[in-house]
Amino acid sequence: MRNVTHKLILEDLTCRFDDLTVCDGINLSVDSGEMICLIGASGSGKSTLLRCINLLEPIDSGHIWLDGEDIAIPGLDPKPYRKRIGIVFQSFNLFPHMSVMQNICLAPKRVLNASVADTKAKALELLEKFGLQDKANEYPDRLSGGQQQRVAIVRALAMQPEIMLLDEITSALDPELVGEVLEVVKALKEQDMTIVLATHEMSFAREVADRVCFLDGGKILETATPEEMFTNPREARTREFLHRIL
Amino acid sequence: METKKLTLLLLTTIGMALGVSNAQAANECSMGKTLTADRLTVATGNPAYPPWVMNDAPESGEGFEAAVAYAVAERMGFDKSSVEWVRTSFDEAIQPGAKDFDFNLQQYSIKPERLEVIDFSEPYYTTTIAVVVREGSAAADVEATASSLKKLKYGAAAGTSSQPFLEKVLQPEQATLLYDDNADVVAAISANQIDAIVFDLPSALFVSAVQLEGGKLVGQFPVENNEAPDNFGLLMAKDNPLKECVDEAIKSLHADGTLKDIEAQWLADATGAPVIDMDK
Amino acid sequence: MSQLSPRKRYEQQERRRSLLIATVSLLAVCATLYYLVPKAPGWESVKRSFFNWPILEKTFPTLLKAFLWDIAIFAWSLPLIMVLALIIALCRNVRTPALFPLRVFGALYTDIFRGVPTILLVYLIGFGIPGLGLARPWNSPYLWGTVALVLTYSAYVAEVLRSGIESVHKSQRSASESLGLTEADTMRFVILPQAIRRQVPAMMNFVIALQKDVALLSFIGPVELLRQANVYKSLMANFTPYIGAAIIFLCVTIPATRYADYLLAQQRSVRT
Repeated sequence: MRNVTHKLILEDLTCRFDDLTVCDGINLSVDSGEMICLIGASGSGKSTLLRCINLLEPIDSGHIWLDGEDIAIPGLDPKPYRKRIGIVFQSFNLFPHMSVMQNICLAPKRVLNASVADTKAKALELLEKFGLQDKANEYPDRLSGGQQQRVAIVRALAMQPEIMLLDEITSALDPELVGEVLEVVKALKEQDMTIVLATHEMSFAREVADRVCFLDGGKILETATPEEMFTNPREARTREFLHRIL
Repeated sequence: METKKLTLLLLTTIGMALGVSNAQAANECSMGKTLTADRLTVATGNPAYPPWVMNDAPESGEGFEAAVAYAVAERMGFDKSSVEWVRTSFDEAIQPGAKDFDFNLQQYSIKPERLEVIDFSEPYYTTTIAVVVREGSAAADVEATASSLKKLKYGAAAGTSSQPFLEKVLQPEQATLLYDDNADVVAAISANQIDAIVFDLPSALFVSAVQLEGGKLVGQFPVENNEAPDNFGLLMAKDNPLKECVDEAIKSLHADGTLKDIEAQWLADATGAPVIDMDK
Repeated sequence: MSQLSPRKRYEQQERRRSLLIATVSLLAVCATLYYLVPKAPGWESVKRSFFNWPILEKTFPTLLKAFLWDIAIFAWSLPLIMVLALIIALCRNVRTPALFPLRVFGALYTDIFRGVPTILLVYLIGFGIPGLGLARPWNSPYLWGTVALVLTYSAYVAEVLRSGIESVHKSQRSASESLGLTEADTMRFVILPQAIRRQVPAMMNFVIALQKDVALLSFIGPVELLRQANVYKSLMANFTPYIGAAIIFLCVTIPATRYADYLLAQQRSVRT
């Protein structure tokens, strides 16, 4: 046991797909209640990094410390850790054959063995909080992209995770629907949720992030406060990227 | 070179000679009425079973029906070399329409319903129906009485006279199972799926003696209990002009005792089978 | 009547026109057939042996009764086929190395039982296994004929299910596993329901084929519809009972086929 000072620490995290090194010696520590934004071009390794933290991709070397416990030891059962770390994907990935309510309640029922009544009550509470209470019995294909993504967030929250990983959750949305989803993220942040967010929404990152990391070629090139990152980046590559995108 | 030419010449001569003799093969009645001029095409089952045809080789003339076919052919003016054999399934032959044989024999029972679409010759054989069981099975020691036979589970070849006989005369207590041919019925009784089989008597004798290991003939049903005597006839296409010649041939074979002789040679055992008591 | 827009009015006219053309051409074809077929030289004999009303009347009730066997065989085979197919499909999807033999078994199973003609299997199993000396009722042709049908059909349905399972996008598996669900739960609650739903139309085709293939059991003894028609045909040397049997089969298979097409159309409309 060490490194108990931070909620989550990534140490020398490396992940390869065959010959391609997607994450190349990532070091990052995240405090409880902190919100980190990952920015960088497509293919810079943001999504893979989040999938690694959720143990959906096995890492090749390095450590992932969650509350001082290394959770990335090969052969370790990932399930107990996954339920502590929620992830929301770019393409929502709701279960299309289940209603909103069933989508949300499946994991609490099967993984946490929560009672049906409890689960439903909590789910309703969350839906209400995000303005979705009247959608409880709808199926995903009847919802707009923004609504689907909010349901996906609620589904992850229903597991009462300690950390939320948000993987470009607004990239697949029509521009007019982006706002409603970002509102939800903002609300999470206000409740002191620990969040790691991969995003292309630079103004949002600037507004809410505690720290911003710039990824390039699988490496974190630069970590800074939003203010520094967006006004006075140190690295030439960062400047180039921000110049291109802003 | 020389010898080859000679052989060729010889063959041609023989061929011509055969052609001439063939032209005289058919008698007056059958002249020009056969499928192929001067040849008689006879059909039987595929495969054909003893004792009707021995070794599935009707050309040998061995077996009751093979012998009958050649005897009929001979009376119609066809020598052995002018008879050609073809094979048909049982069902194929009773379809309406043109036939690829002059007559077909594979134990076809003459039935009034069948006469609507095909023709039969005069009967060449009359048989009773018999029951076969298997040694070592529960039914092995069944008594040869109607009341005990009713309790067995029966199998039969579909389309033969056995099935209507069971349904109308014996009326067994359990449903009868039906099969495509004799071999399948034998397989079913070997697997103990049925207790007993009914066949025409000669088939029953052959099955119990040869085809079915441990086969045992319980007995034959009395002729008067058969709805009508089961007469086998030669099957022909409807309104085949050859029918009168075939009938004439069979009548003459009956009259001079030839048919009796053939029967004695191939179906001798059929006379000794015990008769089942229908009143007990 | 409300005012129709010019486009609507045009479309309505077009629809009426095509309906008229379709009706006229259909009637023309029917009339031609009705007029021409009886002119064929063999028509009278074909009519007598295939479309013989008195014979149909006489045999139809018994044929219907025999059809009860087909229904029964179908009814008990179908659930068994579905269960076995599911098991085989899951075997083929096993990822754990320790269970690799199951994968091999699943692959062999589908290869073998899809490769052998159903009728051969009915013969081999229907006569072969009872021949080992089983006591009644365990040697029943109904039992082993059903086994043969179940083996063949479950191999086909297993393949349909397997491709259904593989067609579910892997992001669904990710989503489920990211929530902490076990692999088994992921399969049960997330993958399988989608796979099955997606493959219902494909499976309906096998259901329809099964409705007809139950008649194969007649080869090993049972007197069901096909055999009953066959018996009548031999007795009467007339094919009308076969027409009767065909009518009975069609009464069941046509609605099933239409239903399968409907399901397929519905699924296409959902996807697009």
